[in-house]
Amino acid sequence: MSAVSVQAIVGAAPSPIEAPDVDYATISPLLIILGAAVLGVLVEAFVPRAYRFVTQIAVAVVGVVAAFVATVVVGAGLDTVDGEVTGRGGPTAMGSLSVDGPAVVTWAMLLFFGLLGVLLFAERRLDGGLSAFTSQASTPPGSADERHATRLRIEHSEVFPLAMFALGGMMFFASANDLLGMFVALEVLSLPLYLMCGLARRRRLLSQEAAMKYFLLGAFSSAFFLYGIAMVYGYAGSFGLAEISTAVSSQIGGQNLLLAGMALILVGLLFKVAAVPFHAWTPDVYQGAPTPVTAFMAAGTKAAAFVAMLRIFFVAFGGARWDWAPAVWAIAIITMLFGAIASIAQTDVKRMLAYSSIAHAGFLLVGMAGLTSGDGVTSVSAVLFYLVAYGAAAIGAFAVVTLVRDAGGETTHLGRWAGLGKESPVLAVAFTIFLLSFAGIPLTGGFISKWSVFAAAWDGGAWPLVVVGVVASALALFFYIRVVVLLFFAPPQGDGPTVAVPSPLTWSVVAITVAVTIVLGVLPGPLLDLVQQAGAFVR
Amino acid sequence: MNGLVVALALPAVAALLLVVLRDMLTDRLAAWAGVGVSVVVAMLLLVTWVGGDGDGYVAEVDLVWVRSLDLHLHLGMDGISFPLLLMTALVTALVCWALVDDPPRGDNATPGLVGLLMVVLTASIGVFAALDLVLFFVFFELALIPMWFVIARWGDPHDPVGRRTAATRFLLYTVVGSALMLVGFVTVWALAGTVQIPELAALGAQLDGGWALFAACMIALGLAVKTPVWPLHLWLPDAHAKAPTVGSVLLAAVFLKLGTYGLLRVFVAVLPGPARDLAPWLGLLGVVGIVVASLACLRQADLKRLIAYSSVGHMGFVVLGIATLTEIGIAAAVFASVAHGVVTALLFFNAGSLKRRFGTAEISVLGRGMYARMPALAVVLAFASVASLGLPGLAGFWGEMMALRGTYEAAAGADGAGLGEALAAVLLVGALLGVLLTSAYFLRVLRRTLQGVPTPHDADTDLAGSERGIAIVLVVAVLVLGLVPGLVMGVVEPSIPAILGGAR
Repeated sequence: MSAVSVQAIVGAAPSPIEAPDVDYATISPLLIILGAAVLGVLVEAFVPRAYRFVTQIAVAVVGVVAAFVATVVVGAGLDTVDGEVTGRGGPTAMGSLSVDGPAVVTWAMLLFFGLLGVLLFAERRLDGGLSAFTSQASTPPGSADERHATRLRIEHSEVFPLAMFALGGMMFFASANDLLGMFVALEVLSLPLYLMCGLARRRRLLSQEAAMKYFLLGAFSSAFFLYGIAMVYGYAGSFGLAEISTAVSSQIGGQNLLLAGMALILVGLLFKVAAVPFHAWTPDVYQGAPTPVTAFMAAGTKAAAFVAMLRIFFVAFGGARWDWAPAVWAIAIITMLFGAIASIAQTDVKRMLAYSSIAHAGFLLVGMAGLTSGDGVTSVSAVLFYLVAYGAAAIGAFAVVTLVRDAGGETTHLGRWAGLGKESPVLAVAFTIFLLSFAGIPLTGGFISKWSVFAAAWDGGAWPLVVVGVVASALALFFYIRVVVLLFFAPPQGDGPTVAVPSPLTWSVVAITVAVTIVLGVLPGPLLDLVQQAGAFVR
Repeated sequence: MNGLVVALALPAVAALLLVVLRDMLTDRLAAWAGVGVSVVVAMLLLVTWVGGDGDGYVAEVDLVWVRSLDLHLHLGMDGISFPLLLMTALVTALVCWALVDDPPRGDNATPGLVGLLMVVLTASIGVFAALDLVLFFVFFELALIPMWFVIARWGDPHDPVGRRTAATRFLLYTVVGSALMLVGFVTVWALAGTVQIPELAALGAQLDGGWALFAACMIALGLAVKTPVWPLHLWLPDAHAKAPTVGSVLLAAVFLKLGTYGLLRVFVAVLPGPARDLAPWLGLLGVVGIVVASLACLRQADLKRLIAYSSVGHMGFVVLGIATLTEIGIAAAVFASVAHGVVTALLFFNAGSLKRRFGTAEISVLGRGMYARMPALAVVLAFASVASLGLPGLAGFWGEMMALRGTYEAAAGADGAGLGEALAAVLLVGALLGVLLTSAYFLRVLRRTLQGVPTPHDADTDLAGSERGIAIVLVVAVLVLGLVPGLVMGVVEPSIPAILGGAR
């Protein structure tokens, strides 16, 4: 065969396959975390059991810290973009990732949460030298095999690579610039979390039930998300957020596809952020999951999902704002009110924190209804600040939960917390500070965060949301106050709670989160300036 | 170095040191430390005020706190806030002095309690000195939490459930009030684009219309809970009755003033237009409060609850004075606030002394003929009561008199008054009735406890130690305010136009 005929078979003018042009330095934080996760898997395979747990901690901590340093370097090097919006940075890796200001800030935030999470995972002094995770997940709860595994001191050190995968997925989710990438990221962050939820050492049936519920409902919501992506692809003919945005603002016809797609995508994301009426999994999962996992999940998933939601709805569907804004308004209102009211009836600390997390999703949605650009506080910067303040307080609160124990492990029934103020004043004061921050009392991070999301929403014309938000804050306060009363003034039941003496790992988590909560309340300037400079999303 | 900023920071630092060093301090040392810090704060305020040029705000500082939210650390004092600031520092000093001889329950608990009182002092100074609405709100809230702890932790030892309920009700009422007030502040900020009180006051009548009225309603509601204005006073009698003496005194002398001060500084000065629309309602509620509280006092069996209800009545006069929107009415509000602080502090210290001796403040348990049983205590109680019912020559007189005078001016058709002529006349009659009833209930108490055939009791011991010293200081203060009202009025008067500026 001659060369000519070959060309005829292959087709005219063969274009050479273009090698993807990837700027590896810009996405290095993501690569480092995913690298650390893969390395963790290898450690699991090759390092002897005696050294495995410690090695895993080292790999995870070094990975997170290195990624944090890389994030700071990347963030410092972002170019300022002055287009229709002021922002920094831009799409990279063939447009599939957008490493812009909000993405970099979210990365740093997630890595900070990740580090705190790893420190909590690594705590082994609370439960007789064993971690909070079950010895062997495959053994039936209460069986002889389980006792045997515990006696052998077997541990699931896989939690560290799993956490790293989840963290990598969260970072990817917050910066993905096309819908398909977002779906992949959503799965990468969710699957390890489903697994980790089922690994509690104590109350394993509850933990497994939580994992099952989370998995089923999560898979269901992923399907919604994917279906929505398909609809939007049908409408716009592209997965890229920029192309969808162009289509939304210029294309005529096919509105039904777009509306259905937006609605389905919104449902998938609202599930992840635990907004009413897609919140039903939250209390069960928060309660059943091992508390360190709950802490990591509460802070990290919420942050990643909110940033992704803002990115999709501000960048891709910004032109259709009047179609989705009413839905966000309605959901924000019912979420705030439901979260605040339902938390009043709770008797379990972890469920109470779960309902508080639902209420906070409502407040964050208020921020989403705000200004997209301008001189004042924009939605993006207000939400980013809120996520840092909320995440720090949530991790701190769950860290305190790990320390209040009785013979059966953590004692999460609120009645058993009565008199904690006498047993351990320091811990009770720390927990009070977190609760006051959740309640939005001045001089805690919670106040400035609420003020900034409300300010952004007010500027964006969403004043009814602000009014409902203030009322919901006042309602929620009833509950937080009740808990503080219980800690300090109620007579202890029986012997009262006992506070385990943790290693410096958990103490440092509590100390860091208290410090962050107070500093963000007293001197919020630097972080607010940072999120402000991060500017808008760049597509 | 700005004296006001130091006065604000000093108690906060002291609170931190007291808590950190609590194991090294004895009860007495901690109490004396509280006295020392409060006195130094009072001196600082006095020196700063005297050193000021009297033009605009004294010791004004304006630092950027949060740039992107446009929040400022903006502080300063004028003739309206200075008397209240000084009164706050002095009353706090006396409260700490009372702890020297009467340490709180619990092992070495004084450092913690004094620490909380120091936080209250910082927060109150912050509220009175704030020239930024958000800062005002921050300090307003900051004052609550330590006070809540004081009531819930060290309140009535015989009724642990009751004191917790009272403390929690106090917190919830005031926090919900603050939340409404915050909505009002956000509205003002959205309307005017600034939260700086001087800038807002300069805008004057430009803030008008439906939204401004909404903001004024929210702010008035929030402040009315704190003041308290009838019918939002329901938290107050229990909180006062169950609080320890130090708590009752601070609640009455300082906390209620946060509300009245806010009405002047934010409600009248920042939103003059809507304030004018709402003034008749405020005046009406004030007078209803005066009458209802006096009637309630006639039926009180507990001395502390009686004093608490009498506070509602006195605050009614303050609110009436504000509602007239006349110069004399505003002056009355400030003067009556200061006078009420001093007189009610004396009453509560006395009731606290009795409660400490008898374990209760039930009038029936206290017995009769106290003049014979505990002469000094009885005389001070009689003195404080007649001061409170407004005997001329004592502190309570001038505030009531000027509030009535302001109402009379409004009834006589004075220019720019906040009340219509007919309404003012009705309110004047109601308030006068209240004055009569006030005399009636105080005389009833005096007759039932001080006079009559003595019924000796094991617990009868006269004022001693710090109780005696505190009584002397407060009696002198009541006399000075009553005989030389010009001391306060001279300070207040130059600042009244700034408050009423926009309303005129």
